[in-house]
Amino acid sequence: MGAPRVLPRLDAENRFFWTGGADGKLRLMRCQECATFIHPPRPVCRKCLSEKVAPAEVAGTGTVDTFTINYQEWRPGLDVPYVIARVAIDGAPGVYLTTNIVGCPVEAVQIGDAVQVKFERQGEIYLPLFEKID
Amino acid sequence: MPANEAYITGVGQSEVGVKLTRLPLLLTLDAVREALSEAGLTIGQIDGVSTYPGRMAMMPGFSPVGADELIDALGIRATWHAGAMETSSQLGAVVAAAMAVRIGQARHVICFRTVYEAAALARPTEYPPLRRETVDGYSQWFAPFNAISAANWTAQYAMRHVKRFGLTREQLAQIALTDRANAVLNPRALVRKPLTMDEYLSARMISTPLCLYDCDRFTDASTVLIVSAGGAIGEVSCTPIRIAAMAGTVERHSWDQAEWMACYPTGTDLWKRTDYKPTDVDTAQLYDGFSFQALAWLEALGFCGVGEGGQFIEGGKRIALNGELPLNTFGGQIGAGRLHGFGFAHEAVVQLRGRGGARQIPGDPRVAVCASGGGPLATALLLARD
Repeated sequence: MGAPRVLPRLDAENRFFWTGGADGKLRLMRCQECATFIHPPRPVCRKCLSEKVAPAEVAGTGTVDTFTINYQEWRPGLDVPYVIARVAIDGAPGVYLTTNIVGCPVEAVQIGDAVQVKFERQGEIYLPLFEKID
Repeated sequence: MPANEAYITGVGQSEVGVKLTRLPLLLTLDAVREALSEAGLTIGQIDGVSTYPGRMAMMPGFSPVGADELIDALGIRATWHAGAMETSSQLGAVVAAAMAVRIGQARHVICFRTVYEAAALARPTEYPPLRRETVDGYSQWFAPFNAISAANWTAQYAMRHVKRFGLTREQLAQIALTDRANAVLNPRALVRKPLTMDEYLSARMISTPLCLYDCDRFTDASTVLIVSAGGAIGEVSCTPIRIAAMAGTVERHSWDQAEWMACYPTGTDLWKRTDYKPTDVDTAQLYDGFSFQALAWLEALGFCGVGEGGQFIEGGKRIALNGELPLNTFGGQIGAGRLHGFGFAHEAVVQLRGRGGARQIPGDPRVAVCASGGGPLATALLLARD
């Protein structure tokens, strides 16, 4: 995309998520007691209130839960159209990531498509984009 | 009137326009004056102020006037006030006021929503936008992927209806077509020209399946509702409209993470809190910052089943001004301007008082439902003229 992406401000609670892609792994906060995934990451489990939480690797695959093709140039220089999708993450029930589906024509994306993470590096940040699995 | 009930008494609205030069505090004053006049109250009888979301310097024009500022500027002696973003969307400010008068914290509360987004956008030197290179909080989960606008987030809810329930563009169009037809009859509406199906279908896409005409437009205006205690109704000269039930919920407070839209549990809650039924409702004024939200509210409030909204509004007759459930009779936000939630409650009161003029619905309407938000945050109010 032409215009630079707006990037997350890293802090103690989100750093593992946004920098985890350096070794190609998607990581989500997970409760060590009841195994629930917690996203956005917080220092407490939203299911059992345990504070024993830690980042855990997931497979990095998922399913397109829903999507939209954006045509509006919200900022000068934004390359349109592009696909915004909400991806349900395999192995992490209830966790969705808003992302872009890349590497295919925008018309090719459908609900239910199997997708796989493809990180886009922006300095120390690795944005988890997704592409379709053929 | 029962002392433990809350009523909407005076309602008022400023001029509605784009790129207005009258200052936002003065637009608010215009709406306050109209509401006081209708209620037969003086500013000295006002002892509470409630607004959404309170003054926000971060987003120029989004909320240029706060509760504190209005209290100070108009010399109000407030025994209770609130202005908070962390509530169940815009009409959460009315819910708060209703609770305040019911438990005796105030007698007459000015609830207001002032927007100045068109003026701020047009005059960036006067209202400089905040430049952001990094984001935190909830924004970090969608802004980096250029999912920048609420249009993108709402579009994804709408797309599920398209794929799962077969919602068509022709069906969805009925929200915008109805809004624009009604706006023609509202002297204060922003867009007073009807929209045809052909124009709708050939409009440019914003974020599929939402096109240009599915979106509201930045507007400059202020809307005021006075919420009065049952025990203070004797001081009021207009017909009081009782707040018969109210409900407000938060999903996961992020468009990004919400499992589904907050309007659905809100609608269910509303009917648990009243003996009225959806069939008792004479008119519905439902949030349509994006057309799909109004469709979702129709389902959420039980006027049709989940997934049946498209069929319910197909052809537009049912929701037209003379239909069985007149919808957004002032033009909604798509036709009347982005009054941001308060316009729906304002219109519900106008219709229940029979003061709609050319857009007044037929018969003798006694019950109206109005709603704001719908995505991660949602509020619904059931209003009745007893």
